[in-house]
Amino acid sequence: MRAGGHLPRGFPITVASPDGSYTLIMEGVQITINQVVAVQVSMKLEMKDTPGQLVSVLEPISACGGNIIAVIHQRDPESESDTLDVQIVLDLPAGRLPALISQIKALGVDILRIGEERLLHKRSLIMIGHIMHTDISDTVDQIDRTGFAEVSELSLMMPAINERSSARITIKTANRTDMESAVTILREVAGRKDLLVVEPLEEWA
Amino acid sequence: MRVALLGFGSVGRGVARMLGEKDLPFTLTAIADSKGGIIDPKGVSIPEAFSRKEKSGSCGRPKLSALDIVESDAYDILVEVTPTNIETGEPALAHIRKALGLRRHVVTSNKGPIALAHRELMELARKQGVALRYEATVCGAIPIIHTLQHGLLGNDVKALFGVMNGTCNYILTRMEDEGLTYDQALGEAQEMGYAEKDPTYDVKGLDTALKLVILANTVWGMDTRMKDIQVTGIDLITPEAIQLAMDQETAIRLIGEAIPSKDLLRVSPRIIPRNHPLLVEGTLNALTVVTDMAGELTFIGKGAGSIETASAVIGDLLYIRERYAGRP
Repeated sequence: MRAGGHLPRGFPITVASPDGSYTLIMEGVQITINQVVAVQVSMKLEMKDTPGQLVSVLEPISACGGNIIAVIHQRDPESESDTLDVQIVLDLPAGRLPALISQIKALGVDILRIGEERLLHKRSLIMIGHIMHTDISDTVDQIDRTGFAEVSELSLMMPAINERSSARITIKTANRTDMESAVTILREVAGRKDLLVVEPLEEWA
Repeated sequence: MRVALLGFGSVGRGVARMLGEKDLPFTLTAIADSKGGIIDPKGVSIPEAFSRKEKSGSCGRPKLSALDIVESDAYDILVEVTPTNIETGEPALAHIRKALGLRRHVVTSNKGPIALAHRELMELARKQGVALRYEATVCGAIPIIHTLQHGLLGNDVKALFGVMNGTCNYILTRMEDEGLTYDQALGEAQEMGYAEKDPTYDVKGLDTALKLVILANTVWGMDTRMKDIQVTGIDLITPEAIQLAMDQETAIRLIGEAIPSKDLLRVSPRIIPRNHPLLVEGTLNALTVVTDMAGELTFIGKGAGSIETASAVIGDLLYIRERYAGRP
């Protein structure tokens, strides 16, 4: 990677850490940052249909910093088998999945299927103004520190020093309500920093 | 029916031309512009009015004013198409009040009086048993007012949003197609006659806000004013922002939106997917209406232009004739 241009001091750069938490791509004056803070995981487990089994599986999830979103289990009355299928949806910090899998297996529980998904709600907005000089890392941090929303992509274009720059910021959340809250925060921060925010026209639902 | 025409600019001339060329059941008995007027109970010669305007700068004679015509007995329907004043609505507001007071129907393209005094004027028209129609105030040729007042009767309108200013749409389209800066695209729009010398009214979103006021007051019977609308224009949009939108198969357009359930009345530049029905090019307008029974409807058409706007005025005139002709 060749770093050109004029990055202000204190600009947060973590390059291609092994768990993929940050990648920084520099293309001329356009900077794109992809950030993966949390992943959404859906797993289907087969466990013994005995008291306490389900609770024992949930423990390693919270130990790994996971946040359980849904637990779906359905007992089939016709079933002769003494096992139970359970589907769990959870949020997990990036890079923790391998540890969680081995802990669950150690409990004697079979993992039938596993799927990793990013936060499902995604919205891109465009900001215009003195984005760098008004502390862009703070702008991003105001979203990230909420715990329910994260900035997953930031594309910045700077035509010339001292001219207004433009940035496309992509926010991800687990649901629509969190998205509205995150966008409200961004609007408020941008207002304070005298940045214009161009929002998408939402689908009418 | 007898028609008096106030205003002989782009819209007024379009109306006069169509009244002259098309076989319509109206007699144009009076015309006035800011410099003078003419009354002829047997019908004003439209070609002569055009040639007077070209030679002397006025379609009529200096001794006769617009207000003289409004106060005369020469007409049944007043067509008020003088230039808009968004601060006071004058002189159109006085013309319309006077005509309604004299139990004459009024058709207008003038946004000022309708945005400033919709409730008062509609109430006055109702009391006097006459019609006040203003199709031409919003989105030129698109029959949106008629659709909302008649075509969608029985529906609950839940939201209204769209591209309502051709000047802004032209500027944004040119920035997108040619990579022009805002200033370059504005300069081109001015050269093409799509933008005024002072473009503030269009590019700051005020024109769209006025239209939103008129629509909201028409659909929901609100008493909304300009100050109730959050307005952001397009004058700060950068070519880079347009590029960033294009990278994701989207575009930026100035959108006016009214959603009463969210208490939302807003004019702002927005990101729209490339395949969205509201994403129109050039000076076109596009408007989506969301209703409970009919679902979503989107109208696309020319939002300005002499004959296009005359289409809206003529439609209102014929509506009035159908409803009121032959009544005492």
